[in-house]
Amino acid sequence: MNRYYWILGAFAALVALLAIGLGLNPRDVPSPLVGKPAPAFSLPILATPNKTLGPKDMEGKVWLLNVWSSWCVSCRQEHPVLVEFSKKSDVPLVGLNYKEVRGDGGFDMSKMSADDEKKLAFQRANTWLSQHGDPYKLTVMDLDGRVGIDYGVYGVPETYVIDKAGVIRMKHTGPISPDVLGKKIMPLLAELNK
Amino acid sequence: MSVRALIVSCVFAAFFASTATIASEINEAAVAADPVAEKRLQGLSEELRCLVCQNQTIADSNAELAQDLRREIRGMIASGKSDKEIIDFMVVRYGDFVLYRPPVKGITLLLWGGPIVLMLLGLFILQRYLRRRARRMTDDQPLSAAENSRAEALLKELDNK
Repeated sequence: MNRYYWILGAFAALVALLAIGLGLNPRDVPSPLVGKPAPAFSLPILATPNKTLGPKDMEGKVWLLNVWSSWCVSCRQEHPVLVEFSKKSDVPLVGLNYKEVRGDGGFDMSKMSADDEKKLAFQRANTWLSQHGDPYKLTVMDLDGRVGIDYGVYGVPETYVIDKAGVIRMKHTGPISPDVLGKKIMPLLAELNK
Repeated sequence: MSVRALIVSCVFAAFFASTATIASEINEAAVAADPVAEKRLQGLSEELRCLVCQNQTIADSNAELAQDLRREIRGMIASGKSDKEIIDFMVVRYGDFVLYRPPVKGITLLLWGGPIVLMLLGLFILQRYLRRRARRMTDDQPLSAAENSRAEALLKELDNK
């Protein structure tokens, strides 16, 4: 009899392990960038394309960098949360539009000139923000996704919390839920802004 | 071979043949341009995980990100970066998870040592079981004369029924 308890116990432990494993988010890969300075970039601003912005310009402020795109379905899910956030908080939210045109998958990039891509990307991003609301202080455009690679972006949307010294303090992969915002991001922002 | 098995094997053969041609078509042009660099690219991208598909290497995956990263590696090879520099570039951005062969360190000890520990545990249990069984066998005493005759009587009774 003793032996059956053993087997039953081992089975229960296995089920428990599997249950925990299924509850984990496989996309939640720890970012090596947390604790490191935000990688430098200089990208054109959506509203003023002849001006650029980089992490240097944000020094001295706690800010959020949110990677988004109009073709990204989960961004639509997250967007109302961001709009709500921007109404309540003074923390600047900077948008990083990631591969607006070539990430879409619906265009033959070999037939599109760089100028056409740029024009189309700005137009699409502007349209999307006017339709869904613009929570961003400003948005910068990463047309070819190179800055995305520097930030280790692999699944839009992604959000980075960057402190006054320009160090990444947190990365969230996937859409921000009201829960994540309230329980993780807001307390961190409050602490960093002390 | 049954007809069904024949059909299944034909379908499989056709499938593999077609994917092989597609893959070779994509690579041929690039390989022709610089076979040495392409071979390095192939080797490196087989070591790196595509974070979008997670269970595919950058070499296998056709996800957007894998294509971007292959382009990035190609650029780094062209600018004379060493294999180690290229791998480090990826680890700095995506973490150890990007490596198909995780490095041995504190957090990965269970991963590397786990199978060995499990095997040792299995050997230990096996040894204990075998010892117990051997002891049980030696503990088995032959039947005494009285028991023997009783068993015989019982068997006979069964036969007579």
